[in-house]
Amino acid sequence: METNLCVAGFGGQGVMTLGKFLASATCDATNKNVTFFPSYGAEQRGGTANCFVAISDEEIGAPLGDVMDDLIVMNGPSLKKFLPTLKKGGTLFINSSIVSDDIGRDDVKLVKAPVTEMALEMGNAKVLNVIMLGVYVGYTEVVPPEVVWSTIEHKMAKKPKLLPLNKEAFEKGLAIGREQK
Amino acid sequence: MARVLMKGCEAIAEAAVRAGCRFFAGYPITPQNEIPEYFARRLPEVGGNFVQGESEVASINMVYGSASVGARSMTSSSSPGIALKSEGISYCAAARIPIVYANISRGGPGVGAIQPAQQDYFQATKASGNGGFVMIGLAPATVQEAVDLTYKAFDLADRDRNPVLILADGVIGTMMEPVELPEMKSEEEVAAIRESKKKWACIGHELDLPNRSWIEPGQWDTNKMQRVNEEAAALYASWEKDVMVEEYCTEDAEVVIAAYGISGRIAKSVVEMMRAEGKKVGLIRPITVHPFPKAAFDKLDYGTCHTILDVEMSIPAQMVEDVDHAVRGRCPIETCLCSGGNVMSREAVVEAVEKLLNK
Repeated sequence: METNLCVAGFGGQGVMTLGKFLASATCDATNKNVTFFPSYGAEQRGGTANCFVAISDEEIGAPLGDVMDDLIVMNGPSLKKFLPTLKKGGTLFINSSIVSDDIGRDDVKLVKAPVTEMALEMGNAKVLNVIMLGVYVGYTEVVPPEVVWSTIEHKMAKKPKLLPLNKEAFEKGLAIGREQK
Repeated sequence: MARVLMKGCEAIAEAAVRAGCRFFAGYPITPQNEIPEYFARRLPEVGGNFVQGESEVASINMVYGSASVGARSMTSSSSPGIALKSEGISYCAAARIPIVYANISRGGPGVGAIQPAQQDYFQATKASGNGGFVMIGLAPATVQEAVDLTYKAFDLADRDRNPVLILADGVIGTMMEPVELPEMKSEEEVAAIRESKKKWACIGHELDLPNRSWIEPGQWDTNKMQRVNEEAAALYASWEKDVMVEEYCTEDAEVVIAAYGISGRIAKSVVEMMRAEGKKVGLIRPITVHPFPKAAFDKLDYGTCHTILDVEMSIPAQMVEDVDHAVRGRCPIETCLCSGGNVMSREAVVEAVEKLLNK
């Protein structure tokens, strides 16, 4: 069983961090193979950024697969660019705050979460990626949620003040993901 | 040893430190910046030194210097940066100085593209600088292999007193993957390695002229220069024993893919996919791109294998010349290529193999 995921959005939306948290959790607490491959241009903010995460019980051949099982899209341009790579029957996760749900495909499952608005309501625009990670893990259960949370906790050990906010963000995301199953 | 998730570049740097590397000099270039960045933080922790040179030329010459005084030393860069270092690499080869360097290669020629590519095969295996020297070239296909080969590279360099190249690419360098790290060499072991170089390195001798060490990247005496080259040629000829290759499902294969590094890894998953459908495909993946694993091609049954498919992220194809040399006309060789920073897709390889199987 192999899962190929692409996470795409604006630089600054934390798409790399989302992918890295997922890859770290898989490495830390499972026996599965995992690869994380970042892809970005020369820009740090404002450009587009995306990463590929492959999780598998077998050896991973292609760290950037041609066909995606799951796709997380955080902004409009990424939908246009990556939707064609999503396999038939695959799952599309969109940041419905700024990505239209009129995707023009009816052969994929659609999971919507208004993560930009939710993050702003929580008072910190930066947690949108952690909400989305929650949505993804809640929906797919590719890695147990408690494993992912303990990885986030570990990675953010130097910023303990931000942990409660991130915990809330992750749990809100989990709930949305589970609801739409 | 527990596995840790590491980026290829950082894993290479950590493996080098564990192998006893105590000096690194380099100059920034994408996609290998995490190597110098990691060394900058890590080397002071183990009593080593990191220098960001003012250029690639300065950096390789600092490494030439530190290796000349016995320290396990390393530099790294990416394609155009490696070209700039070629003068210093050639000096190390001429003076028989053991260094390790990594090329996290990107698109080329020229400044090329910052994305992954395999456009440096000739540079890595045939002409890494002037003068016709060659080196052992190690081409990892996973982050774990990058770690293991880097660790080994320092032993090979010291054994031969010759530079060793890690030929990776932007995918291996920038991706993260779980790795198990090798044992950290103790301070005593690192000191003993340095001490063992006393017979040739400039690390302190009595004041008697005949026993002094000289680091000479050339000779004024033509006969002496010829002798130096004869000794080097004898060394190169001894590398048959160092060949490393992955041979996968080749016994009954009708089409055998030849691919190294990230292309080799992608090709292996293509073989797995196609074997599951009963299609007779195999893979020869050179792990040492130099010395090239010619014997693996001799072992093929050319009654069964009707075509070799050379898969490279390089246009024009480069490794195909070594494949051609190894196959010696026993069957046709086709290519499946991409370039410019595009990463080889499994679909493209499957399509190319299908076409050959149906021939």
